Amino acid sequence: MIQLRPIYVICLREFIKFFREKSRLLGTLARPVLWLFVVGNGMSSLIKPQAGFSYLQFIFPGMIGMTILFSSIFSSISIVWDREFGFMKEMLVAPISRLSIVIGKALSGTLISVAQAIIILILTPFLGIHLTFLQFIEITAVSVLVSFCITSMGILIAARLTSFDGFNIIMNFLVMPMFFLSGAMYPVSSMPPALRQLTHINPLTYGIDAFKHVLLKNGNPPLGPEFSLALDLLIVTAVSVVMLTFAALSFRRKD
Amino acid sequence: MPIIQVNNLSKQFKSLKAVDDISFTVNEGEVFGFLGPNGAGKTTTINILCTLLSATSGMARIAGLDCTRDSDRVRSSIGLIFQDTTLDAGLTAYENLKFHAYLYNLDRALTDQRIDEMLEVVKLADRKHDLIKNFSGGMKRRLEIARGLLHYPRVLFLDEPTIGLDPQTRNTIWEFIAELRKREKITVFMTTHYMEEAENCDRIAIIDHGKIVTEGTPMKLKSVVRGDIIRLVTSDNNRAIGMIREQFNIIAREENGGLSLEAERGEELVPKLIHALPVETRSVSIQKPTLNDVFLKLTGRTMRDEILSDNKEITREFVRGHRRAQR
Repeated sequence: MIQLRPIYVICLREFIKFFREKSRLLGTLARPVLWLFVVGNGMSSLIKPQAGFSYLQFIFPGMIGMTILFSSIFSSISIVWDREFGFMKEMLVAPISRLSIVIGKALSGTLISVAQAIIILILTPFLGIHLTFLQFIEITAVSVLVSFCITSMGILIAARLTSFDGFNIIMNFLVMPMFFLSGAMYPVSSMPPALRQLTHINPLTYGIDAFKHVLLKNGNPPLGPEFSLALDLLIVTAVSVVMLTFAALSFRRKD
Repeated sequence: MPIIQVNNLSKQFKSLKAVDDISFTVNEGEVFGFLGPNGAGKTTTINILCTLLSATSGMARIAGLDCTRDSDRVRSSIGLIFQDTTLDAGLTAYENLKFHAYLYNLDRALTDQRIDEMLEVVKLADRKHDLIKNFSGGMKRRLEIARGLLHYPRVLFLDEPTIGLDPQTRNTIWEFIAELRKREKITVFMTTHYMEEAENCDRIAIIDHGKIVTEGTPMKLKSVVRGDIIRLVTSDNNRAIGMIREQFNIIAREENGGLSLEAERGEELVPKLIHALPVETRSVSIQKPTLNDVFLKLTGRTMRDEILSDNKEITREFVRGHRRAQR
């Protein structure tokens, strides 16, 4: 059912294309830089450092989460591109299982997101964060989980999206709210109750919280982790499994 | 045993019956053409044969394998070239072929050699490491043919292989297909709505509204319709007309200073006519009936109604190209 060579070559293709498109690499860095140094600096004057963490340090876990969110959604939405420009057919008529295609796409999306998350770690010295080797490993591990979760979600959406016009709707009504309602920019506990409910059903919230566990270890709420690490990892993993299962199922459909 | 066997195949989309109880067979090594206007059910049939769609009822087999139940094995034994290009424009020619080789689990040691061989066949060896986005429409089509053949398929499906291409490129594509038949032992199943192209096939099925209207060699189909049209210019047309009626029992008509008559196997009649005519013959022409005439006769419509939808196709191609460029 799972064929390794096709999965490998699907991943290889995404990587070749990722590194060939310089604008995408640049965008990876540009977005968090913009948020951190333009929005973050503006907000810093309003929010005082707490428990030894500045506001910029507080939002950095959210920046990793944001990078993963955008990268993963972009990777999985490429399925819609592939369909629109015909390349999906090349994969669908090949003697490989639909599951292999879905896994190949999920894996390549995950790896590219993790690569991007690691790339933005070069910003840490500018924020006064000094990463230990252990923290680096922990961030990478959490990135794998979160990236896999968001990519699977993206694939599920892409499998249902029939045209590229739906992409803007997804960006405006799903991706942006997911970012704002994730505790990336402001603590979950400081939100009005109605919005807090939405934050609780957002898997990205738990992913970003796990990053806070690594980067803001000694912090206390509000500027620190707000859930237990075990809960974070459990929810992210569970959502990944559910999303990927449904994604694989919706790919199997054939009229 | 025929390599493609289709029995009572039907496909229902909601209220539309796209394919309506069709049956046909294709023998190994044949070039078989599916001819019909847009929306006749050609692509639906191809999609069922290449396992992208499942049939509502009926049976389709390729090389003895059931297209629905044995879809993975069917897929390894067929090559496909779709109406719209399915290459990745962001990859090079080589990378596109390599990707294909991995998907079809081609022997690793053979892959590079086979890629070079196929690029040679379609005369793209010198563009091996160029990105597809810099390729012309004809080059893309040729590369797709190379890719479709990479994994030694037994049947090559070509869905409208020359759509949106200029006449010169179209001819080149046909030369490749002819060349291929000599090189590789392969069966070709193609659809087209260009009458001239259908004549390149060994056998044709004409499909309209999901049903096969008729089937046979291009020769046979054309002979069913009517004879050839022979035009003569003689030194005395009236005398010639009278003589033709007496000796051959054929009614000839005076036309533009010459005369014209219809006859089956015109090429055999012409020498006899010239030999028998008591007057001097200044010029002779024979016009063969086209498949367009066949289509007209059988369906009451001409394929020329398709010119409009043809333009639509080109517009779509243009829009696609435009959007791709914006990407």
